[in-house]
Amino acid sequence: MNYNWNWAIFFEMSPEGTGTYLDTFFWGLGWTISTSMLAWSMALALGTVVGVLRTTPYPWVVRLGDAYVELFRNVPLIVQMFLWYFVLPELVPKAAGDWLKQLPNASFYNAFIALGFYTSARVAEQVRAGIQSLPRGQRMAGTAIGLTLPQTYGYVLLPMAFRIIVPPLTSEFMNTVKNSAVGLTIGLLELTGRARAMQEFSFQVFEAFTAATIAYVMITITIVLTMRWLERRVAIPGFIAAGNATR
Amino acid sequence: MLGEFDFDVIWRSLPYLFKQGMTFTLTITFTAMGAGIVLGTLLAMMRLSSFKPLAMIAGGYVNLIRSLPLVLVIFWFYFLVPWIGQWITGAERPVLVGPYLSSFITFTLFEAAFYCEIMRAGIQSIPRGQVAAGYALGLNYWQTMGTIVLPQAFRNMLPVLLTQTIILFQDTSLVYVLSISDFLGAAAKIAQRDSRLVEMYLFAALVYFVLSYTASHYVKRLQARLAIVR
Repeated sequence: MNYNWNWAIFFEMSPEGTGTYLDTFFWGLGWTISTSMLAWSMALALGTVVGVLRTTPYPWVVRLGDAYVELFRNVPLIVQMFLWYFVLPELVPKAAGDWLKQLPNASFYNAFIALGFYTSARVAEQVRAGIQSLPRGQRMAGTAIGLTLPQTYGYVLLPMAFRIIVPPLTSEFMNTVKNSAVGLTIGLLELTGRARAMQEFSFQVFEAFTAATIAYVMITITIVLTMRWLERRVAIPGFIAAGNATR
Repeated sequence: MLGEFDFDVIWRSLPYLFKQGMTFTLTITFTAMGAGIVLGTLLAMMRLSSFKPLAMIAGGYVNLIRSLPLVLVIFWFYFLVPWIGQWITGAERPVLVGPYLSSFITFTLFEAAFYCEIMRAGIQSIPRGQVAAGYALGLNYWQTMGTIVLPQAFRNMLPVLLTQTIILFQDTSLVYVLSISDFLGAAAKIAQRDSRLVEMYLFAALVYFVLSYTASHYVKRLQARLAIVR
Protein backbone atom coordinates (compact mmCIF):
# COMPACT_ATOMS: atom_id res chain seq x y z
CA MET A 1 0.00 0.00 0.00
CA ASN A 2 1.39 3.37 -0.94
CA TYR A 3 -0.96 5.48 1.15
CA ASN A 4 0.73 8.52 2.66
CA TRP A 5 0.14 8.38 6.38
CA ASN A 6 0.30 11.74 8.03
CA TRP A 7 -0.76 11.73 11.64
CA ALA A 8 0.49 15.27 12.11
CA ILE A 9 -2.55 16.35 10.13
CA PHE A 10 -4.49 16.58 13.38
CA PHE A 11 -2.38 19.55 14.46
CA GLU A 12 -2.93 21.47 11.25
CA MET A 13 -5.56 24.18 11.05
CA SER A 14 -8.87 23.08 9.57
CA PRO A 15 -10.08 25.23 6.63
CA GLU A 16 -12.84 26.66 8.81
CA GLY A 17 -10.06 28.59 10.48
CA THR A 18 -11.40 28.16 14.00
CA GLY A 19 -9.06 25.46 15.22
CA THR A 20 -6.97 22.45 14.36
CA TYR A 21 -8.49 19.25 13.00
CA LEU A 22 -8.06 17.81 16.47
CA ASP A 23 -10.20 20.63 17.89
CA THR A 24 -12.91 19.91 15.35
CA PHE A 25 -12.83 16.29 16.43
CA PHE A 26 -13.44 17.19 20.04
CA TRP A 27 -16.35 19.44 19.06
CA GLY A 28 -17.73 16.52 17.11
CA LEU A 29 -17.31 14.30 20.14
CA GLY A 30 -19.14 16.92 22.19
CA TRP A 31 -22.11 16.93 19.79
CA THR A 32 -22.16 13.12 19.71
CA ILE A 33 -22.21 12.92 23.49
CA SER A 34 -24.76 15.69 24.04
CA THR A 35 -27.08 14.40 21.31
CA SER A 36 -26.99 10.85 22.60
CA MET A 37 -27.28 11.79 26.29
CA LEU A 38 -30.33 13.99 25.68
CA ALA A 39 -31.89 11.41 23.38
CA TRP A 40 -31.20 8.68 25.91
CA SER A 41 -32.77 10.60 28.82
CA MET A 42 -35.79 11.29 26.66
CA ALA A 43 -36.00 7.66 25.54
CA LEU A 44 -35.75 6.36 29.11
CA ALA A 45 -38.53 8.66 30.35
CA LEU A 46 -40.89 8.16 27.40
CA GLY A 47 -40.04 4.49 27.00
CA THR A 48 -40.80 3.77 30.65
CA VAL A 49 -44.19 5.48 30.42
CA VAL A 50 -45.14 3.69 27.21
CA GLY A 51 -43.76 0.37 28.44
CA VAL A 52 -45.85 0.67 31.63
CA LEU A 53 -48.95 1.62 29.64
CA ARG A 54 -48.57 -1.54 27.59
CA THR A 55 -48.83 -3.70 30.72
CA THR A 56 -51.84 -1.97 32.30
CA PRO A 57 -55.16 -3.84 32.52
CA TYR A 58 -56.87 -1.41 30.11
CA PRO A 59 -57.04 -2.86 26.58
CA TRP A 60 -57.30 0.43 24.71
CA VAL A 61 -54.33 1.90 26.60
CA VAL A 62 -52.32 -1.21 25.72
CA ARG A 63 -53.31 -0.85 22.07
CA LEU A 64 -52.29 2.80 22.08
CA GLY A 65 -48.88 1.89 23.53
CA ASP A 66 -48.47 -0.92 20.99
CA ALA A 67 -49.28 1.48 18.14
CA TYR A 68 -46.68 3.94 19.46
CA VAL A 69 -44.00 1.27 19.48
CA GLU A 70 -44.89 -0.07 16.03
CA LEU A 71 -44.92 3.43 14.58
CA PHE A 72 -41.44 4.37 15.77
CA ARG A 73 -39.90 0.95 15.27
CA ASN A 74 -40.92 0.30 11.68
CA VAL A 75 -39.65 3.46 10.03
CA PRO A 76 -35.87 3.80 9.48
CA LEU A 77 -34.21 6.36 11.74
CA ILE A 78 -32.89 8.40 8.82
CA VAL A 79 -36.43 8.75 7.44
CA GLN A 80 -37.67 9.81 10.87
CA MET A 81 -34.94 12.46 11.05
CA PHE A 82 -35.98 13.75 7.62
CA LEU A 83 -39.58 13.92 8.78
CA TRP A 84 -38.69 16.00 11.84
CA TYR A 85 -36.23 18.19 10.01
CA PHE A 86 -37.76 18.72 6.56
CA VAL A 87 -41.43 17.80 6.85
CA LEU A 88 -42.59 19.01 10.27
CA PRO A 89 -41.89 22.73 9.63
CA GLU A 90 -44.09 22.51 6.51
CA LEU A 91 -47.00 20.87 8.30
CA VAL A 92 -47.35 23.30 11.22
CA PRO A 93 -48.82 26.82 10.75
CA LYS A 94 -46.55 29.02 8.69
CA ALA A 95 -45.29 31.27 11.50
CA ALA A 96 -44.31 28.26 13.62
CA GLY A 97 -42.72 26.61 10.60
CA ASP A 98 -40.59 29.66 9.86
CA TRP A 99 -39.54 29.83 13.49
CA LEU A 100 -38.54 26.15 13.40
CA LYS A 101 -36.50 26.65 10.23
CA GLN A 102 -34.60 29.63 11.65
CA LEU A 103 -33.83 28.02 14.97
CA PRO A 104 -30.07 28.03 15.61
CA ASN A 105 -28.71 24.46 15.92
CA ALA A 106 -31.93 23.13 14.38
CA SER A 107 -30.21 19.95 13.24
CA PHE A 108 -29.13 19.25 16.82
CA TYR A 109 -32.67 19.61 18.24
CA ASN A 110 -34.16 17.57 15.42
CA ALA A 111 -31.53 14.87 15.71
CA PHE A 112 -31.95 14.34 19.44
CA ILE A 113 -35.75 14.50 19.32
CA ALA A 114 -35.91 12.03 16.43
CA LEU A 115 -33.38 9.76 18.11
CA GLY A 116 -35.21 10.09 21.44
CA PHE A 117 -38.56 8.99 20.01
CA TYR A 118 -36.95 6.24 17.97
CA THR A 119 -35.08 4.84 20.97
CA SER A 120 -38.06 5.28 23.31
CA ALA A 121 -39.98 2.65 21.31
CA ARG A 122 -37.15 0.20 21.88
CA VAL A 123 -36.89 1.06 25.57
CA ALA A 124 -40.66 0.63 25.87
CA GLU A 125 -40.33 -2.86 24.42
CA GLN A 126 -37.66 -3.76 27.00
CA VAL A 127 -39.63 -2.27 29.90
CA ARG A 128 -42.73 -4.21 28.86
CA ALA A 129 -40.72 -7.42 28.59
CA GLY A 130 -39.14 -6.74 32.00
CA ILE A 131 -42.49 -6.19 33.70
CA GLN A 132 -44.05 -9.21 32.04
CA SER A 133 -41.15 -11.42 33.09
CA LEU A 134 -42.11 -10.86 36.75
CA PRO A 135 -44.38 -13.44 38.39
CA ARG A 136 -48.04 -12.40 38.19
CA GLY A 137 -48.27 -12.76 41.95
CA GLN A 138 -46.18 -9.63 42.51
CA ARG A 139 -48.78 -7.37 40.96
CA MET A 140 -51.55 -9.17 42.84
CA ALA A 141 -49.67 -8.97 46.11
CA GLY A 142 -49.13 -5.25 45.55
CA THR A 143 -52.81 -4.52 45.06
CA ALA A 144 -53.78 -7.00 47.78
CA ILE A 145 -51.89 -5.09 50.44
CA GLY A 146 -53.80 -1.97 49.45
CA LEU A 147 -51.43 -0.21 47.06
CA THR A 148 -53.03 1.63 44.18
CA LEU A 149 -52.01 0.60 40.67
CA PRO A 150 -49.51 3.47 40.29
CA GLN A 151 -48.03 2.59 43.69
CA THR A 152 -47.75 -1.06 42.69
CA TYR A 153 -45.78 -0.03 39.65
CA GLY A 154 -43.64 2.46 41.53
CA TYR A 155 -42.77 0.36 44.57
CA VAL A 156 -43.03 -3.23 43.36
CA LEU A 157 -42.95 -3.83 39.62
CA LEU A 158 -40.63 -1.18 38.17
CA PRO A 159 -37.80 -1.52 40.71
CA MET A 160 -37.70 -5.25 39.92
CA ALA A 161 -38.17 -4.91 36.17
CA PHE A 162 -35.44 -2.29 35.76
CA ARG A 163 -32.90 -4.47 37.51
CA ILE A 164 -33.71 -7.30 35.13
CA ILE A 165 -33.40 -5.24 31.97
CA VAL A 166 -30.07 -3.53 32.69
CA PRO A 167 -28.19 -5.68 30.11
CA PRO A 168 -30.57 -5.02 27.16
CA LEU A 169 -30.74 -1.35 28.18
CA THR A 170 -26.94 -1.25 28.01
CA SER A 171 -27.03 -2.24 24.36
CA GLU A 172 -29.82 0.24 23.67
CA PHE A 173 -27.68 2.95 25.26
CA MET A 174 -24.79 1.96 22.98
CA ASN A 175 -27.15 1.94 20.01
CA THR A 176 -28.23 5.47 20.88
CA VAL A 177 -24.65 6.71 20.70
CA LYS A 178 -24.05 4.88 17.43
CA ASN A 179 -27.34 6.03 15.93
CA SER A 180 -26.51 9.66 16.69
CA ALA A 181 -24.18 9.40 13.68
CA VAL A 182 -27.28 9.37 11.46
CA GLY A 183 -27.62 13.03 12.49
CA LEU A 184 -24.95 13.92 9.94
CA THR A 185 -27.56 13.42 7.20
CA ILE A 186 -29.43 16.48 8.48
CA GLY A 187 -26.26 18.47 8.97
CA LEU A 188 -25.29 17.69 12.55
CA LEU A 189 -21.50 17.89 12.75
CA GLU A 190 -21.01 15.03 15.19
CA LEU A 191 -18.04 12.70 15.33
CA THR A 192 -18.63 10.81 12.07
CA GLY A 193 -19.58 14.03 10.31
CA ARG A 194 -16.33 15.61 11.49
CA ALA A 195 -14.31 12.64 10.27
CA ARG A 196 -16.06 12.89 6.91
CA ALA A 197 -15.40 16.64 6.71
CA MET A 198 -11.73 16.14 7.59
CA GLN A 199 -11.46 13.50 4.87
CA GLU A 200 -12.96 15.90 2.33
CA PHE A 201 -10.70 18.80 3.24
CA SER A 202 -7.41 17.04 3.86
CA PHE A 203 -7.70 13.73 1.93
CA GLN A 204 -6.25 11.97 4.98
CA VAL A 205 -9.03 9.38 4.92
CA PHE A 206 -7.71 6.70 7.19
CA GLU A 207 -6.35 8.97 9.92
CA ALA A 208 -9.75 10.65 10.17
CA PHE A 209 -11.74 7.43 10.34
CA THR A 210 -9.25 5.77 12.67
CA ALA A 211 -9.61 8.65 15.13
CA ALA A 212 -13.41 8.40 14.98
CA THR A 213 -13.24 4.63 15.41
CA ILE A 214 -11.06 4.95 18.51
CA ALA A 215 -13.45 7.52 19.97
CA TYR A 216 -16.48 5.27 19.45
CA VAL A 217 -14.70 2.25 20.93
CA MET A 218 -13.77 4.35 23.99
CA ILE A 219 -17.39 5.46 24.41
CA THR A 220 -18.59 1.86 24.10
CA ILE A 221 -16.12 0.65 26.72
CA THR A 222 -17.12 3.48 29.08
CA ILE A 223 -20.80 2.62 28.74
CA VAL A 224 -20.25 -1.11 29.24
CA LEU A 225 -18.13 -0.54 32.36
CA THR A 226 -20.53 2.03 33.82
CA MET A 227 -23.58 -0.14 33.27
CA ARG A 228 -21.80 -3.19 34.70
CA TRP A 229 -20.92 -1.16 37.78
CA LEU A 230 -24.51 0.05 38.00
CA GLU A 231 -25.85 -3.48 37.67
CA ARG A 232 -23.71 -4.68 40.56
CA ARG A 233 -24.44 -1.55 42.58
CA VAL A 234 -28.22 -1.91 42.47
CA ALA A 235 -28.31 -5.70 42.69
CA ILE A 236 -30.31 -7.02 45.63
CA PRO A 237 -28.21 -9.71 47.36
CA GLY A 238 -29.67 -13.14 46.89
CA PHE A 239 -32.35 -11.93 44.50
CA ILE A 240 -31.49 -11.56 40.87
CA ALA A 241 -28.13 -13.00 39.95
CA ALA A 242 -26.26 -9.96 38.73
CA GLY A 243 -22.93 -10.29 37.06
CA ASN A 244 -22.01 -13.81 38.01
CA ALA A 245 -24.73 -16.34 37.27
CA THR A 246 -25.69 -14.65 34.02
CA ARG A 247 -22.44 -15.45 32.34
CA MET B 1 -51.39 22.25 4.43
CA LEU B 2 -52.94 18.95 3.45
CA GLY B 3 -54.95 20.76 0.78
CA GLU B 4 -51.70 21.47 -1.04
CA PHE B 5 -50.65 17.86 -0.78
CA ASP B 6 -49.58 16.80 -4.24
CA PHE B 7 -50.44 13.14 -4.75
CA ASP B 8 -49.54 13.44 -8.39
CA VAL B 9 -45.80 13.70 -7.74
CA ILE B 10 -45.92 10.35 -5.95
CA TRP B 11 -48.00 8.79 -8.71
CA ARG B 12 -45.63 10.08 -11.41
CA SER B 13 -42.51 8.85 -9.66
CA LEU B 14 -43.83 5.41 -8.67
CA PRO B 15 -42.07 3.53 -11.50
CA TYR B 16 -38.74 5.17 -10.65
CA LEU B 17 -39.19 4.70 -6.91
CA PHE B 18 -40.00 1.02 -7.12
CA LYS B 19 -38.33 -0.24 -10.28
CA GLN B 20 -35.03 1.37 -9.45
CA GLY B 21 -35.13 2.34 -5.78
CA MET B 22 -36.94 -0.53 -4.15
CA THR B 23 -35.25 -3.06 -6.42
CA PHE B 24 -31.87 -1.90 -5.18
CA THR B 25 -33.02 -1.82 -1.56
CA LEU B 26 -34.36 -5.37 -1.75
CA THR B 27 -31.35 -6.66 -3.70
CA ILE B 28 -28.89 -5.35 -1.13
CA THR B 29 -31.09 -6.57 1.72
CA PHE B 30 -31.28 -10.13 0.46
CA THR B 31 -27.66 -10.27 -0.70
CA ALA B 32 -26.42 -9.05 2.66
CA MET B 33 -28.79 -11.44 4.42
CA GLY B 34 -27.61 -14.49 2.46
CA ALA B 35 -23.91 -13.71 2.47
CA GLY B 36 -24.10 -12.25 5.98
CA ILE B 37 -25.69 -15.38 7.46
CA VAL B 38 -23.10 -17.65 5.80
CA LEU B 39 -20.22 -15.44 6.93
CA GLY B 40 -21.80 -14.90 10.34
CA THR B 41 -22.16 -18.63 10.86
CA LEU B 42 -18.50 -19.14 9.98
CA LEU B 43 -17.56 -16.33 12.38
CA ALA B 44 -19.68 -17.92 15.10
CA MET B 45 -17.93 -21.25 14.56
CA MET B 46 -14.60 -19.43 14.80
CA ARG B 47 -15.67 -17.66 18.00
CA LEU B 48 -16.61 -21.00 19.55
CA SER B 49 -13.47 -22.70 18.30
CA SER B 50 -11.13 -24.23 20.86
CA PHE B 51 -8.21 -22.86 18.82
CA LYS B 52 -7.73 -19.60 20.73
CA PRO B 53 -6.22 -17.31 18.04
CA LEU B 54 -9.15 -18.08 15.72
CA ALA B 55 -11.66 -17.30 18.47
CA MET B 56 -9.83 -14.07 19.28
CA ILE B 57 -9.74 -12.83 15.70
CA ALA B 58 -13.45 -13.49 15.21
CA GLY B 59 -14.32 -12.01 18.61
CA GLY B 60 -12.23 -8.91 17.97
CA TYR B 61 -13.83 -8.35 14.57
CA VAL B 62 -17.37 -8.80 15.86
CA ASN B 63 -16.89 -6.56 18.90
CA LEU B 64 -15.20 -3.84 16.87
CA ILE B 65 -17.89 -3.76 14.19
CA ARG B 66 -20.64 -3.83 16.78
CA SER B 67 -19.28 -0.79 18.58
CA LEU B 68 -19.15 1.38 15.45
CA PRO B 69 -22.01 3.33 13.85
CA LEU B 70 -23.11 1.89 10.52
CA VAL B 71 -22.61 5.27 8.85
CA LEU B 72 -18.95 5.27 9.87
CA VAL B 73 -18.51 1.68 8.66
CA ILE B 74 -20.08 2.62 5.31
CA PHE B 75 -17.51 5.39 4.94
CA TRP B 76 -14.67 3.14 6.10
CA PHE B 77 -15.36 0.51 3.47
CA TYR B 78 -16.11 3.03 0.76
CA PHE B 79 -12.56 4.33 1.08
CA LEU B 80 -10.84 1.15 2.22
CA VAL B 81 -12.13 -1.33 -0.37
CA PRO B 82 -10.23 0.27 -3.30
CA TRP B 83 -6.98 -0.07 -1.34
CA ILE B 84 -7.71 -3.67 -0.40
CA GLY B 85 -8.52 -4.33 -4.06
CA GLN B 86 -5.15 -2.91 -5.02
CA TRP B 87 -3.42 -5.02 -2.40
CA ILE B 88 -5.11 -8.22 -3.61
CA THR B 89 -4.71 -7.68 -7.33
CA GLY B 90 -1.30 -6.05 -7.07
CA ALA B 91 -2.43 -3.15 -9.23
CA GLU B 92 -0.50 0.10 -9.26
CA ARG B 93 -3.37 2.30 -8.12
CA PRO B 94 -6.31 1.78 -5.80
CA VAL B 95 -8.96 -0.17 -7.71
CA LEU B 96 -12.08 1.77 -8.69
CA VAL B 97 -14.95 0.12 -6.89
CA GLY B 98 -17.78 2.64 -6.80
CA PRO B 99 -20.48 3.13 -4.22
CA TYR B 100 -22.73 0.26 -5.38
CA LEU B 101 -20.30 -2.62 -5.05
CA SER B 102 -18.78 -1.12 -1.92
CA SER B 103 -22.21 -0.87 -0.27
CA PHE B 104 -22.84 -4.57 -0.95
CA ILE B 105 -19.49 -5.47 0.62
CA THR B 106 -20.12 -3.14 3.57
CA PHE B 107 -23.55 -4.48 4.43
CA THR B 108 -22.45 -8.10 4.09
CA LEU B 109 -19.45 -7.64 6.37
CA PHE B 110 -21.33 -5.39 8.82
CA GLU B 111 -24.36 -7.64 9.17
CA ALA B 112 -22.15 -10.73 9.43
CA ALA B 113 -21.08 -9.48 12.87
CA PHE B 114 -24.72 -9.30 14.03
CA TYR B 115 -25.71 -12.63 12.45
CA CYS B 116 -22.62 -14.12 14.11
CA GLU B 117 -23.90 -13.26 17.58
CA ILE B 118 -27.31 -14.75 16.75
CA MET B 119 -25.80 -17.95 15.36
CA ARG B 120 -23.46 -18.22 18.32
CA ALA B 121 -26.47 -18.19 20.64
CA GLY B 122 -28.12 -20.73 18.33
CA ILE B 123 -25.17 -23.10 18.36
CA GLN B 124 -24.87 -22.77 22.12
CA SER B 125 -28.55 -23.60 22.51
CA ILE B 126 -27.85 -27.14 21.25
CA PRO B 127 -26.98 -29.50 24.12
CA ARG B 128 -23.30 -30.44 24.18
CA GLY B 129 -24.22 -34.10 24.32
CA GLN B 130 -25.35 -33.95 20.70
CA VAL B 131 -21.89 -32.86 19.60
CA ALA B 132 -20.33 -35.60 21.68
CA ALA B 133 -22.77 -38.10 20.18
CA GLY B 134 -21.80 -36.94 16.70
CA TYR B 135 -18.11 -37.50 17.40
CA ALA B 136 -18.88 -40.85 19.03
CA LEU B 137 -20.56 -41.94 15.80
CA GLY B 138 -17.32 -41.17 14.00
CA LEU B 139 -18.43 -37.96 12.31
CA ASN B 140 -15.78 -35.25 11.94
CA TYR B 141 -16.20 -31.60 12.94
CA TRP B 142 -17.77 -30.41 9.67
CA GLN B 143 -20.13 -33.37 9.51
CA THR B 144 -21.22 -32.88 13.12
CA MET B 145 -21.77 -29.18 12.56
CA GLY B 146 -23.40 -29.54 9.16
CA THR B 147 -25.76 -32.41 9.86
CA ILE B 148 -26.52 -32.10 13.58
CA VAL B 149 -25.82 -28.73 15.16
CA LEU B 150 -26.37 -26.09 12.47
CA PRO B 151 -29.74 -27.31 11.14
CA GLN B 152 -31.17 -27.14 14.66
CA ALA B 153 -29.43 -23.86 15.43
CA PHE B 154 -30.92 -22.29 12.29
CA ARG B 155 -34.34 -23.55 13.19
CA ASN B 156 -34.15 -22.21 16.73
CA MET B 157 -32.82 -18.86 15.61
CA LEU B 158 -34.98 -18.39 12.51
CA PRO B 159 -37.25 -15.71 14.04
CA VAL B 160 -34.27 -13.77 15.39
CA LEU B 161 -32.43 -14.03 12.07
CA LEU B 162 -35.49 -12.70 10.27
CA THR B 163 -35.96 -9.88 12.78
CA GLN B 164 -32.34 -8.90 12.20
CA THR B 165 -33.09 -8.92 8.47
CA ILE B 166 -35.95 -6.44 8.99
CA ILE B 167 -33.48 -4.20 10.85
CA LEU B 168 -31.07 -4.68 7.94
CA PHE B 169 -33.83 -3.69 5.50
CA GLN B 170 -34.33 -0.44 7.39
CA ASP B 171 -30.59 0.13 7.74
CA THR B 172 -30.01 -0.08 3.99
CA SER B 173 -31.60 3.39 3.78
CA LEU B 174 -28.29 4.71 5.15
CA VAL B 175 -26.63 4.18 1.76
CA TYR B 176 -28.14 7.63 1.25
CA VAL B 177 -24.78 8.96 2.52
CA LEU B 178 -23.10 7.52 -0.61
CA SER B 179 -25.78 9.18 -2.82
CA ILE B 180 -27.02 5.79 -4.00
CA SER B 181 -30.54 5.62 -5.45
CA ASP B 182 -32.01 3.08 -3.10
CA PHE B 183 -35.67 3.59 -2.20
CA LEU B 184 -34.96 6.52 0.12
CA GLY B 185 -32.28 7.89 -2.20
CA ALA B 186 -34.71 7.84 -5.13
CA ALA B 187 -37.41 9.51 -3.03
CA ALA B 188 -34.94 12.17 -1.87
CA LYS B 189 -33.87 12.89 -5.45
CA ILE B 190 -37.44 13.44 -6.61
CA ALA B 191 -38.16 15.44 -3.46
CA GLN B 192 -35.31 17.83 -4.17
CA ARG B 193 -35.91 18.02 -7.91
CA ASP B 194 -39.60 18.91 -7.59
CA SER B 195 -39.31 20.54 -4.13
CA ARG B 196 -41.90 18.10 -2.83
CA LEU B 197 -40.15 17.11 0.41
CA VAL B 198 -43.34 16.65 2.41
CA GLU B 199 -45.02 14.29 -0.03
CA MET B 200 -41.96 12.20 -0.85
CA TYR B 201 -40.64 11.73 2.68
CA LEU B 202 -44.07 10.94 4.10
CA PHE B 203 -44.62 8.44 1.31
CA ALA B 204 -41.20 6.86 1.91
CA ALA B 205 -41.97 6.57 5.63
CA LEU B 206 -45.32 4.95 4.82
CA VAL B 207 -43.75 2.37 2.47
CA TYR B 208 -41.02 1.45 4.96
CA PHE B 209 -43.62 1.21 7.70
CA VAL B 210 -45.99 -1.05 5.75
CA LEU B 211 -43.21 -3.40 4.62
CA SER B 212 -41.48 -3.64 8.02
CA TYR B 213 -44.75 -3.97 9.91
CA THR B 214 -46.03 -6.73 7.62
CA ALA B 215 -42.72 -8.58 7.82
CA SER B 216 -42.48 -8.36 11.60
CA HIS B 217 -46.08 -9.48 11.91
CA TYR B 218 -45.24 -12.54 9.82
CA VAL B 219 -42.15 -13.23 11.95
CA LYS B 220 -44.27 -13.09 15.10
CA ARG B 221 -46.63 -15.69 13.68
CA LEU B 222 -43.73 -17.88 12.64
CA GLN B 223 -42.30 -17.61 16.13
CA ALA B 224 -45.59 -18.74 17.66
CA ARG B 225 -45.75 -21.69 15.28
CA LEU B 226 -42.19 -22.80 15.96
CA ALA B 227 -42.78 -22.50 19.70
CA ILE B 228 -45.68 -24.96 19.56
CA VAL B 229 -43.88 -27.56 17.49
CA ARG B 230 -41.01 -27.86 19.95
